[in-house]
Amino acid sequence: MAIMNVNPTRMQLTKLKKQLKTAVRGHKMLKDKRDELMRQFLDLIRETRDLRDKVESEINLCNDHFVNASAVMSKESLDASLLSPKQQVNIETEVKNVMSVEIPEFSTSTRTSDSGDIYPYGFAFTSFELDDAVLSLNNVLPDLIKLAQMEKSCELMSAEIEKTRRRVNSLEHVMIPRYQDTIKYISMKLEENDRSSRTRLMKVKDMLLDKAHNYSGKHG
Amino acid sequence: MAKNIAVIGDSESIKGFSAIGLDIYICDDSEHAAKTLRNVADTDNYAVIYITEEYFNSSQKERSRYEERLTPAVIPIPGVKGNIGAGTKRLSSFVEKAVGSDIIFNN
Repeated sequence: MAIMNVNPTRMQLTKLKKQLKTAVRGHKMLKDKRDELMRQFLDLIRETRDLRDKVESEINLCNDHFVNASAVMSKESLDASLLSPKQQVNIETEVKNVMSVEIPEFSTSTRTSDSGDIYPYGFAFTSFELDDAVLSLNNVLPDLIKLAQMEKSCELMSAEIEKTRRRVNSLEHVMIPRYQDTIKYISMKLEENDRSSRTRLMKVKDMLLDKAHNYSGKHG
Repeated sequence: MAKNIAVIGDSESIKGFSAIGLDIYICDDSEHAAKTLRNVADTDNYAVIYITEEYFNSSQKERSRYEERLTPAVIPIPGVKGNIGAGTKRLSSFVEKAVGSDIIFNN
């Protein structure tokens, strides 16, 4: 039995009872939080897994396109075509609160609205394989950004679930039993004190009566 | 505040991203990549940093600083050499952390 180092007084007892009540309520709430977070996390991670599979296969396809492009163009002209971009993707982060976990929400905007600006080169001296490659990569981008958002959410939520689980466990298996044991210890100690003072009083009463009425009959 | 997207990796894998409007940081080896990741993430200009799986695996220490933060999100993507499974492994580690054992990816 693990009890706290406290004085067995009535005041402590009231205080501990109040703390126990708070602990039990906190435990229930944290448990609910953990369960709800877990439910949402599992849904999200399944979705993320599917999206990741999709994005990975798409990126592999894009890489194949680039390999094709580099097969028909020289490395120098390929690099020169790509390395002075016209387009710029900006990303706006909003914070969403899910069960007290802050997760990001990304929304994107491009510097120019012209969809043709993803080709930062003239078409005259480049191969159509390169156009394919750049276009396919551009098509992956929305999914790629969504993947980033979902993976970051998973990361933050898993950390929060771990923390909450630890709290729930420590309340359930350490704090609450300790409170209960200490409360039991104090109330038993108080009862014991009560009994001992009662017997002492009875004894004193006996002694006083004995003196007053001379019950023990020393003088016959 | 509008932020940008960065891509870190070897030249072959990532040069296409510059055309569609992402900032690319070309690295030749894992040490360089780890250093670049750190520099790029600390500028606070980027909400998302994609990094090729190969360099993702080798920059564990640098990445751990950004795990608890909202941004930047450091996300592994397959490079030109193909998929080596770092992304899936990462998701599986989240499940393990949250649930206690991996109940999603173990089949």
